[in-house]
Amino acid sequence: MKSIIRCCIALAAAAIAGAAAAQPVKIGMSMPQTGPLGAGGKAALVALHMWVEDVNAKGGLLGRQVELIAYDDQTNPALTPSIYTKLLDVDKVDLLIAPYGTVPTAPIMPLVKQRGLLLMGNFSFQVNSTVKHDMWFNNAPWNDASSWFTGYFEAGQKVGAKTIAFLAADQEFAQNLANGAKLLAKKGGLKTVYEQNYPPTTVDFSSMIRAIRSVKPDLVFVASYPNDSVAIVRAANEIGVGPSVQLFGGGMVGLQFTPNMVSLGKLLNGVVNYNSYVPGLKYPGIEDFLSRYAKKAVAEKVDPLGFYLPPFNYAIGQMLEQAVTATKSLDHRKLADYLRKNEMKTIVGPIRYGPDGEWANARVVQAQFRGVVDKDMDQFRRPGTQVVLYPGAYKTGEVIAPFEKARK
Amino acid sequence: MRRGDPAPHFFDESMIFSFELLYEAVVFGILLGCFYAAVSIGLSVAFGLLDVPHVAHPAVMVAGAYGTWVLAGYGFDPILAGLTLMPLFFLAGMALYRFYYEAFARRGSNAGVRGIAFFFGVALIIEVGLIVLFGVDQRTVEASYIGSSVAFGDMRIPQRFLVGGGVALVLMATLTLYLSKTFTGRAIKAVAQDEPALRLMGADPVRIKQWAFGIATAVAALSGALLIIIGPVEPALDRVYIGRTFSVVVLAGLGSMTGTLAAGLILGISESIVLMLFGASWAPAVSFGLLLLVLAVRPQGLFGR
Repeated sequence: MKSIIRCCIALAAAAIAGAAAAQPVKIGMSMPQTGPLGAGGKAALVALHMWVEDVNAKGGLLGRQVELIAYDDQTNPALTPSIYTKLLDVDKVDLLIAPYGTVPTAPIMPLVKQRGLLLMGNFSFQVNSTVKHDMWFNNAPWNDASSWFTGYFEAGQKVGAKTIAFLAADQEFAQNLANGAKLLAKKGGLKTVYEQNYPPTTVDFSSMIRAIRSVKPDLVFVASYPNDSVAIVRAANEIGVGPSVQLFGGGMVGLQFTPNMVSLGKLLNGVVNYNSYVPGLKYPGIEDFLSRYAKKAVAEKVDPLGFYLPPFNYAIGQMLEQAVTATKSLDHRKLADYLRKNEMKTIVGPIRYGPDGEWANARVVQAQFRGVVDKDMDQFRRPGTQVVLYPGAYKTGEVIAPFEKARK
Repeated sequence: MRRGDPAPHFFDESMIFSFELLYEAVVFGILLGCFYAAVSIGLSVAFGLLDVPHVAHPAVMVAGAYGTWVLAGYGFDPILAGLTLMPLFFLAGMALYRFYYEAFARRGSNAGVRGIAFFFGVALIIEVGLIVLFGVDQRTVEASYIGSSVAFGDMRIPQRFLVGGGVALVLMATLTLYLSKTFTGRAIKAVAQDEPALRLMGADPVRIKQWAFGIATAVAALSGALLIIIGPVEPALDRVYIGRTFSVVVLAGLGSMTGTLAAGLILGISESIVLMLFGASWAPAVSFGLLLLVLAVRPQGLFGR
């Protein structure tokens, strides 16, 4: 009788163990799928699903299939803490990825720090600067403000700029960018002649462009969100920024998205703006990824080129895969230790993390739009429509100034 | 001051002021005001005349903007596309009002509150429907008057605002004439003023309201075309306009067409000047500040009776 009971217990234990092994590794996140960051968020999600498919085809993580749970946070920072609480307490996810962007990410930082959780950042900017969470690893090609705009200000110095005008969206991300840029401008001896923060509900920017033109700055630094960036470029074209302006752009989010680039067409010419990837940058595996992504993007109705965010989101998956495989664990502390000490091999190049959880070696591209024509998406696949001015290792040309000349 | 010198600047360096900029701000405020009036006129009919809490009005406009985008893909001029969409939106508006009436309006005293919930639901459905159909990317259209400007001396005015202002004025004049000169138009005004009296005269107020709501929705289609002419659209854009459109309608005095134009102009010019003097962050406060002021001093609105 005892042997029968032992046998039953052993079978039950084996069944439970089998069931646990069959449980997928759950990765949870919120992602802006609507609202101002929705366009980028949906494209990024396509890339993450591609990584899930790829890793599952290879047998998953630790022999378990991977499941991605992603909720729409509507680009609303008020929603993200409750979404992440649900992911942790109801969905019982094993690993966390942050939503795309600074604004939705900032409110979840205290939560993950309090619970001692690993969080893979997703194109945030300085959300950990005050929280100082030691298990935060942001996947974005920048670290501090100078990493964003060194290229912009270097180009400004080359053309002899003395004055600068700032136009920035009145929200956290853009303000962080603009404040960093102001510090750099001050260090570089540039005099600020105009400074305007605008609210997210601004309908048109003609008045601000007129005011900028009237103060005749040498540089115009813009830190804007996608909806605004298109309107600002249009207004600059209609009203004219004046012959004094040498460089225009800097931190405009949205000019990296294909629908915006195609719709603006030749109006983009001359704009110097940041980017994460432009054709011509050689990273192992990125071209294969982009060609596979392009096919999926059509079906999903998202950014058809997907240069800006998708490769970096795929890389987040690659980093988790590398860390879990190497440590053979889902323990957040072990994974964080691994991520901090080792170089990650990804489709956006090798990544090493600094002590603050940002890239140790930033690679923000400052590129100038050149020779762009209307109604041609494929032109953006070719190197040359965005001439890389910075970083030096990837440089493909010199800046053309003044802005009016570069627009021709 | 010598000829050719820059205009004098007052205040500190971060605060840009010159008479030239003030003049430009007023001109631009007029054009912006016309645009605000154009996007509010449909709501002026639905909410102002019919007392329907149509919070989905901006979402209907965004749907009109997407319709314009689709037709523009077939080579339609955006304004022509907006006009083409009007009959379709008119029918959809009639159907929507009938549903609202049967489900809410005829059922008693708390119809207003439930009506607001209903129209919020409609707005949400439209937004989600647009996301499913078109994705969340921004959409723009092309036309000769988009992206170019007209020079008046040193001042350059975007043509899209001139077109928007022109369409707004034509729309306003047409509706004013329609409401005052035609039998149905006068019936719409009558139903707004005294519904039981209209019933006693043998007219069916529900059908009149249904017709008027159809007109409001058709106008929203054309306003949607203006929306995508002025700037890029995305499915959640309605949230930007909900406050401004209600402010214009209440500021005008419920149901007043000329009042809607005047309120739009007041709002546009105030925003433009406040933006120039105090910064863009203060501009949105103008609409709600003016609204509170008018509600306190003249609750019936500037042109209401």
